[in-house]
Amino acid sequence: MNAELISEWIAAGFILSGTSLTLLSAIGLIRLPDVYTRSHAASKSTTLGVLFILLGAFLFFWINEGYVSIRLLLGIFFVFLTAPVAGHIICRAAYRSNVKLADRTVHDDLKKYMKAD
Amino acid sequence: MSYQIILNMILALTWMFLTTSATGSSFVIGYLLGAIILYLFRRFFDTPFYLRKVVSVVKLLLIFIRELLIANLDVFKAILRPKLELKPGIFSYETTLKKDWQITLLANMITLTPGTLVMEISPDNQTLYIHALNIGEIDEMTAGIRDSFERVIKEVSE
Repeated sequence: MNAELISEWIAAGFILSGTSLTLLSAIGLIRLPDVYTRSHAASKSTTLGVLFILLGAFLFFWINEGYVSIRLLLGIFFVFLTAPVAGHIICRAAYRSNVKLADRTVHDDLKKYMKAD
Repeated sequence: MSYQIILNMILALTWMFLTTSATGSSFVIGYLLGAIILYLFRRFFDTPFYLRKVVSVVKLLLIFIRELLIANLDVFKAILRPKLELKPGIFSYETTLKKDWQITLLANMITLTPGTLVMEISPDNQTLYIHALNIGEIDEMTAGIRDSFERVIKEVSE
């Protein structure tokens, strides 16, 4: 096996695992019971999925064409910076507009705090 | 800390002038020599040697990547089980971090790790309200993990 073929396999592995992570998080979006648990699946797994896909594309162009794309690295950085904040803000807004938690929820410390507020 | 970095760069520039070669490699050599000099003179600065901080930033990054992978595996195991057995809940977490950027960093990391998501931060910056996918078992476990996060963040910022 020459180096180019190996690099293609590595990039393909990254992109494939990235797409399957994204698919799994889409399944999570359908199966989970309420907004809060869904945003677990959305904010974590899609972040990692996008990271893997971008990393695969980066490695492919780097090894095959000798082109180092800083923009892909910046894209990874920005997604990492913004995705958790988006998840946090959506959950916070949902809680503040009294969206109900799932019935199976066992523990809620935030209720006391919101009442006191 | 930034003072030490600038000093190190000036030392590297001095090295380039001494050797009269304006290339990247002579800058790197000068930078390494400057780092050694700064290390030897570390007791004259009022902050610790700055490369130690760089090491702890790298440590934080590695811990973070490991936790991210574990988190995703856990979430997928929970999602793909034929019958959902989740016990979601919200618990409060007291933090001892003070500065805004430290708390932002901690909240981002908690949000990206095992089944936890920050929902609310109290105005006095002392309590984080965290939504957990599986609260019963995870409660103590993540407390340990978060202690390690918080500890390393403190290490970075001291």
